[in-house]
Amino acid sequence: MLCENCKERQATVHLTKIINNEKYVQHLCEQCAREKGEFDFDFPSFSLQNLLSGLMNLDAQSAGQVMGFTTQKLQCDNCGLTYAQFGQLGRFGCSRCYNAFNERLVPLMRRIHGSTQHLGKIPKRAGGTLKLRRSIEELRQKLQEAVAREEFERAAKLRDQIRELEEQAREGENNEQ
Amino acid sequence: MNSKQKKISLKVSEWLRSPGPDGDIVLSSRVRLARNLRDIPFPYLASDSQSAAVLKKVRAMVPALAAAYGPLKIFTMDELDSLERQVLVEKHLISPALANNQQHNSAVLLRDDEVISIMVNEEDHLRIQCLLPGLQLERALQLAGDYDDLLEEKLDYAFDEQWGYLTVCPTNVGTGLRASVMMHLPALMLTKQANRILQAIAQVGLAVRGIYGEGSEIKGNLVQISNQITLGQSGEEIVRNLYGVAKQVVEQETQARQILLNEGRDRIADRVNRSLGTLRYARLISSEEAMQLLSDVRLGVDLGLIEEVVGSILKELLLLHRPAYLQYLTGRNLDSFDRDRVRAKLIRLRLAGKHLHEEEE
Ligand SMILES: [Zn+2]
Ligand SMILES: [Zn+2]
Repeated sequence: MLCENCKERQATVHLTKIINNEKYVQHLCEQCAREKGEFDFDFPSFSLQNLLSGLMNLDAQSAGQVMGFTTQKLQCDNCGLTYAQFGQLGRFGCSRCYNAFNERLVPLMRRIHGSTQHLGKIPKRAGGTLKLRRSIEELRQKLQEAVAREEFERAAKLRDQIRELEEQAREGENNEQ
Repeated sequence: MNSKQKKISLKVSEWLRSPGPDGDIVLSSRVRLARNLRDIPFPYLASDSQSAAVLKKVRAMVPALAAAYGPLKIFTMDELDSLERQVLVEKHLISPALANNQQHNSAVLLRDDEVISIMVNEEDHLRIQCLLPGLQLERALQLAGDYDDLLEEKLDYAFDEQWGYLTVCPTNVGTGLRASVMMHLPALMLTKQANRILQAIAQVGLAVRGIYGEGSEIKGNLVQISNQITLGQSGEEIVRNLYGVAKQVVEQETQARQILLNEGRDRIADRVNRSLGTLRYARLISSEEAMQLLSDVRLGVDLGLIEEVVGSILKELLLLHRPAYLQYLTGRNLDSFDRDRVRAKLIRLRLAGKHLHEEEE
C-alpha cells in the first residue's frame, strides 16, 4: 500500500483515530507520519500508541454501559479535558487529569505496563515524605526479621532508627500544611 | 547563510568522537527522562502565556545548571531556522517533534559537549536527555538524574505516589524513563541471524527498530533497542535489563564476526575493501548507498581487515552525512543531486583525514 500523503513510499504507519464514534484509518509512510507530528522519534513502538486509544475507548464504552452513565461526565476541573477526549487523544491534558480519571487508570495502566504502582525514583520536594515512609517500611521489615531471629540488640537499634524517621516524617507533614 | 554566524556547532559531538565501552558494536547509549510541572496544562494544551511561563522558569535555571555541571546554552526553536533545527535532529540532540514545534515556546538547553540536552515544551514540559558513546547506560542515567535533581530544587514537578512522574502519554508514566542503545550489527545482518535475535528481544518487552529506513527496514545495519515499560520498575532495574540484553547482542555479533573471519575471510575482506574503494573514488553517492558502504568499511576496520582508516571517522560519517548537515556545512541550499555530490566529497575527504570546509576555504 502506498502512503496517502506522498503517494511515493510504502505506507508502514497505520493510524486509527476515533472521532465522534467514527473510525478513521490513515496509511502513511514513516517520513510523512513524522512530518505530520504523528510519530515521536524515540517512541519505542508505534503500534502500542495505536492500541492505546483503542483500549481506552473500550474502557469508556463498557464502563458506561455497565454503570449506566456516560463517561463524558468525567472531566478534569483544571484543564477541562474529558475522559472521552483522553480516549481519543491517548494523552492527558495536565497533571490533575490523573486524579480526575483515577478510577479508570488502574485497568489501563495494567494493560500497558503490567503494573499499577510506581517503584522508581522519588523526587525530593514533590515526593514529600514518601521517601521517608518507604524507608520506614523497609526498616520495619528488617525489624520483624531481627525479632524473629532473636537478634535483640539489632532490633533495638532498628527501633530507634524507625522512631527517628517517623519523627522526621511528622515534621515534614506539618511543614507541608 | 554564509554571511551569518552559525549558531549550531558543526563540530562532532562527544558521543561520535570517542568509542566508549563495547564501542565497536554499541555506538551510543541514551537515557531520556520525561518531567512535567504540576497543574500547568501540558504543552499541546497550554496557552501561549502558560508555555512561556514554563520556558521562563527553565531559563532561570540555566546559570545554576551551568555552574554545577558545565557550560550550557539555550536555543528557542523560533530563533533557529529550519536547517539549524534539522541539524540538531540529525545530531540526535532534539526530536523531530521539537524541531517542528515553533509556536509553543519550545527550546533546548544544550551542554557544550552535547552530552546533555534538555528539551522544553516538547511532548512533555521537560525531557532531559543524556547521550554517551558506547555502552554506558548506568552513567547516562546518573548524569541525567543529576540535572533532574537540580531542576527539581526549583521547579514543582508533577508526581504521584501511585503513578510516579506524571507524563502526557500514559506509556511514559512512572519513571518517565526511556533508555536506548544504538548498535551496529553488520555480521548478524550478513549471516541472516538478526531477525531471529531481534524478534526474541521484542518478546521480552523491549522495542527494536532501525535507526534509519522505514518501518521494520534496517539501513546501515544500525538498530535501536529501548525499554517499553516505565511503571512498576525502578530506573536502575530498567537500565540493568537493557544492559543485559545489549551485552548478549554484543556477544552474538562478536561470534558472528568471528565466523565471518574463520569461514570466509577472503570474501569478507574483498567486500569491505571494495566498499572502501567505492567510497574513496565515487563522485556521487546517495545516503542509502553511503550507509551500506560505510557500514562495510567500519566492519572491515573492526575486523582488522582495513588498517588505514580510523574507526571513529566511520561512526561520524554513518551519522553525519544527512541532508541538513551537508547543507549547513557548505552553507548552501543543495538539491538532491548536489547533496549526492557533496556527500561523496565529504566522505572522500574525511577518509583522507581532511575536512570539507578546509578544502572549501
Ligand atoms: Zn509519505
Ligand atoms: Zn487536566
